[in-house]
Amino acid sequence: MTGICPVRPDDSWHKRASMKARVTVTLKTGILDPQGKAIEGALRSLGVDGVTAVRQGKVFDIEIEGSDPAKAEALLKLAADKLLANTVIENYRVEVVR
Amino acid sequence: MKSAVVVFPGINRERDMARTLELISGRAPAMVWHGEGELPAGTDLVVIPGGFSYGDYLRCGAIAARSPIMDAVRAFAARGGLTLGVCNGFQILCEAGLLPGVLMRNENLRFICRDVYLKVERSDTPFTRGYNAGQVIRVPVAHGEGNYIADGETIARLEGERRVIFRYSSPDGMIDPNWNHNGAINAIAGIINERGNVLGMMPHPENHVETVMGVTDGRRLFAGLVDALAQAA
Repeated sequence: MTGICPVRPDDSWHKRASMKARVTVTLKTGILDPQGKAIEGALRSLGVDGVTAVRQGKVFDIEIEGSDPAKAEALLKLAADKLLANTVIENYRVEVVR
Repeated sequence: MKSAVVVFPGINRERDMARTLELISGRAPAMVWHGEGELPAGTDLVVIPGGFSYGDYLRCGAIAARSPIMDAVRAFAARGGLTLGVCNGFQILCEAGLLPGVLMRNENLRFICRDVYLKVERSDTPFTRGYNAGQVIRVPVAHGEGNYIADGETIARLEGERRVIFRYSSPDGMIDPNWNHNGAINAIAGIINERGNVLGMMPHPENHVETVMGVTDGRRLFAGLVDALAQAA
């Protein structure tokens, strides 16, 4: 006996429909962003002139099964509301890329 | 007092808390893992300790707030059960929706590890009955995200309903920006929920309970809880 598996491996996984999506989380206007301020200061000290304000945030690249963009968008909103964003201080934007 | 300390991966102050609870109440707390679905039967105090649950990933306390045990904690609090969150525990209670608002990065962007002075705003809560209103106590803080904030309406409500329990102050009880180490709005260091049975605070009262530490100002918080529960029984 050899160790070779007689059954062909299942290669259908990459044929399943999937979509790429992005959720962007940013701080609400008026919420103090000390990290953004620090980045702004660092840019200034690096001589990157002309930057008047920096607000930092988070980007989540997400893969979703299926091919219905409306469904995907609803799913992403659910994910953002339940976990990805804290809506006390953050706003979010969802986009289905493809 | 039958207390339970909830333990999440990345928490590191649970043993300080357990030691204090045993020292003051004479009974060791149950240590409850985050994956549990229930609190031990007869639990009358739940404590969420400090640390860095889930490495502070996403937002401080965000992942821990959504773990299985938190449903049990939510139900316990809804029944009026006494619930205390310290430091990361406060962040977790906010993320879980048990307390309003959020703890942001400290205004000066530094991790602050030092003793602070707190003005005790009320003595008529189960958590502060051991103190006098207006009393100043000294306890340590150790956090990078303790800068409390909520929307204007929430802050007005918290103040109107006298739900701010501790404020950062000078040693003589003055509320002053120089003594508000992390930049929290209205120097807020600790708040209670509407019903008054859930307290969240950034400082660590559990670390100032033994004379070897030089200060024992945290002791009365726990002694007060023991009294409150004995009286309720």
